[in-house]
Amino acid sequence: MKIVVLVKDVPDTWGERTLDLETGLARRDASEHVLDEIDERALEVALTFADTHPDAEVVAVSMAPESALPTLRKALAMGAHSAVHVVDEGLHGADLSLTAEVLAATLARTGFDLVITGNLSTDGASGVLPAMLAEHLRVAHATSLSTVEIEDAAVSGTRTTETATARVSAPLPAVISITEALPDGRFPTFKGILAAKKKPFETLSLADLGTDADPARTPWSIMTAVAARPARAAGTTIVDEGDAGERLAVFLLENRLA
Amino acid sequence: MTENILVLLETTPSGSLTTSAAGLLGAARAIGTAVALVVGDDDGVASGEAIAAGAERVLLARADRTQLTVPVVDALDAAFARVSPAAVLLSHSVDGRDAAGRFAARRRLPVAVDAVGVERDERGVLARHSAYGGGYDVTSASTFGPLVVTVRPGAIDARATAVDGAAVETLEVLPSGVPAATVDHIEPLVASSTRPELRGAAAVVSGGRGLGSVEGFALVEHLADALGAAVGASRAAVDAGYVPAAAQVGQTGVSVSPKLYVALGISGAIQHRAGMQTAQTIIAVNKDPEAPIFALADLGIVGDVFTVVPQAIAALEAKRS
Ligand SMILES: Cc1cc2nc3c(=O)[nH]c(=O)nc-3n(C[C@H](O)[C@H](O)[C@H](O)COP(=O)(O)OP(=O)(O)OC[C@H]3O[C@@H](n4cnc5c(N)ncnc54)[C@H](O)[C@@H]3O)c2cc1C
Ligand SMILES: Nc1ncnc2c1ncn2[C@@H]1O[C@H](COP(=O)(O)O)[C@@H](O)[C@H]1O
Repeated sequence: MKIVVLVKDVPDTWGERTLDLETGLARRDASEHVLDEIDERALEVALTFADTHPDAEVVAVSMAPESALPTLRKALAMGAHSAVHVVDEGLHGADLSLTAEVLAATLARTGFDLVITGNLSTDGASGVLPAMLAEHLRVAHATSLSTVEIEDAAVSGTRTTETATARVSAPLPAVISITEALPDGRFPTFKGILAAKKKPFETLSLADLGTDADPARTPWSIMTAVAARPARAAGTTIVDEGDAGERLAVFLLENRLA
Repeated sequence: MTENILVLLETTPSGSLTTSAAGLLGAARAIGTAVALVVGDDDGVASGEAIAAGAERVLLARADRTQLTVPVVDALDAAFARVSPAAVLLSHSVDGRDAAGRFAARRRLPVAVDAVGVERDERGVLARHSAYGGGYDVTSASTFGPLVVTVRPGAIDARATAVDGAAVETLEVLPSGVPAATVDHIEPLVASSTRPELRGAAAVVSGGRGLGSVEGFALVEHLADALGAAVGASRAAVDAGYVPAAAQVGQTGVSVSPKLYVALGISGAIQHRAGMQTAQTIIAVNKDPEAPIFALADLGIVGDVFTVVPQAIAALEAKRS
């Protein structure tokens, strides 16, 4: 069983995230980057399976600038067996469609029985990538899973949407995405960190994948305007002296909020 | 003649349209001719609702509902071929995102996700986004050709009214044969019949870890009911099992932009703020004067939720009667 986990290098959510007002792109220099928490959970699903299935192979794949190396290293230190890093100048500012095309080409080249992704990345929060990949690869998808059971020829789980909870199952090969209802990722051990340095690591360019980022070939989604909203100013803070509930009610009524 | 805007409407397990339909059709009508696609059984319920909500034309396709997403995308692809739209609008829901992703990949079209508005100028359709938790307003567009847009549920206030002579057409769909997951069993979520939905609610009362227990969390529901508000929560409250995950407000939960947001026993971590800081008026009750939520609050109360909130509810009831 070959399981590929897609890991994204994202701005740490604990810091302020900033957009460049000229380009509309995330400013990588403005905040520290980390392996997205949701992808750590995706990796945990794969590693938990591998813990009891010695023939399972777990590959971490990321499309990101060179500076994302620590993110892939972390995935290896947590226990992934190998990593693939897609890096290319041409991918700077890539939109979702190009990202999906490139990641699908990478997955086709690497080979997989199961692809696991996060349901929503914390920076893009687009949540469309897993389905895009499944379509490019012509395989089934099962998204937003809050439980996952992996078998030899199928993957199944609980899929929660805004209107229903469903039991779904997909024949392998398949793409699944998981939600934060699944457990946190494990911490890398010291042994894991040392072992990570010796694990197979492949770096691929667009040319290696036999594709390009030519904006004339396919349409792109681009940003046409970006503006920062003014920060919110704090109002009044009072300390309860026995009447704060009354004052809360008065505030609501005076502001016609109740 | 204006250009067609193709709108994928979602149906609930019982066959009526989900609440996102009105906003999607309202948005579509503002920028073109709203052509709705309804995928489901032809019992007339959903197509009638689509016309009532402003669809100028309804395409009706049958599909195998036990197959996840693929039959819907096959129908969307057939509808796209029939009406050559300037944009395709879908809900930024779990099902909407899946359909948008597969469809955009199949047609190799650009996608604009989680839009809070759509517009058009002489060059084409534009999507407006509220990025990084409302810190930025961003506008996006396709470099050329149609744009696929997923629209944040509850974000669009525009509503359209029914037009005379809206036609319902049957859409024949050739299955693509792309493998799909099977839906083995489906359990509709029972929404509270009395409380508003969190997405798009005018008022939200949220509770955090400070409520301490499921029983304690009932206080959040009481205040919500007193204000006619929806119930939200922090991730810590969800993780602790006080409320279902659907109530989570924040970066990895629902983004809300209500008139009133009340945070009870919530510290105001940056990831929580990302989902609520665009609210018009924010009230926070927390016993820690250093809690970061106070930096956003129009009215901050340093106090115990279990004394402040019952007193407020009683005062509201007294003023009303
Ligand atoms: C990648 C990532 C994504 C995340 N996404 C989200 C998200 O979408 N939404 C979200 O909410 N969080 C999210 N989080 C978690 C976030 O960092 C915080 O852990 C979480 O918001 C804390 O919830 P809380 O405020 O309820 O709990 P705490 O931080 O524990 O705060 C509880 C508060 O209750 C107060 N309190 C206790 N008892 C009382 C009382 N009797 N009366 C009054 N006040 C009382 C305390 O003073 C304290 O301030 C995310 C984290 C990460 C890393
Ligand atoms: N550049 C990328 N490299 C690797 N994986 C990615 C990348 N972008 C998105 N993903 C995966 O797709 C999931 C959903 O991302 P998104 O569609 O951006 O919300 C993430 O949790 C990752 O697993």
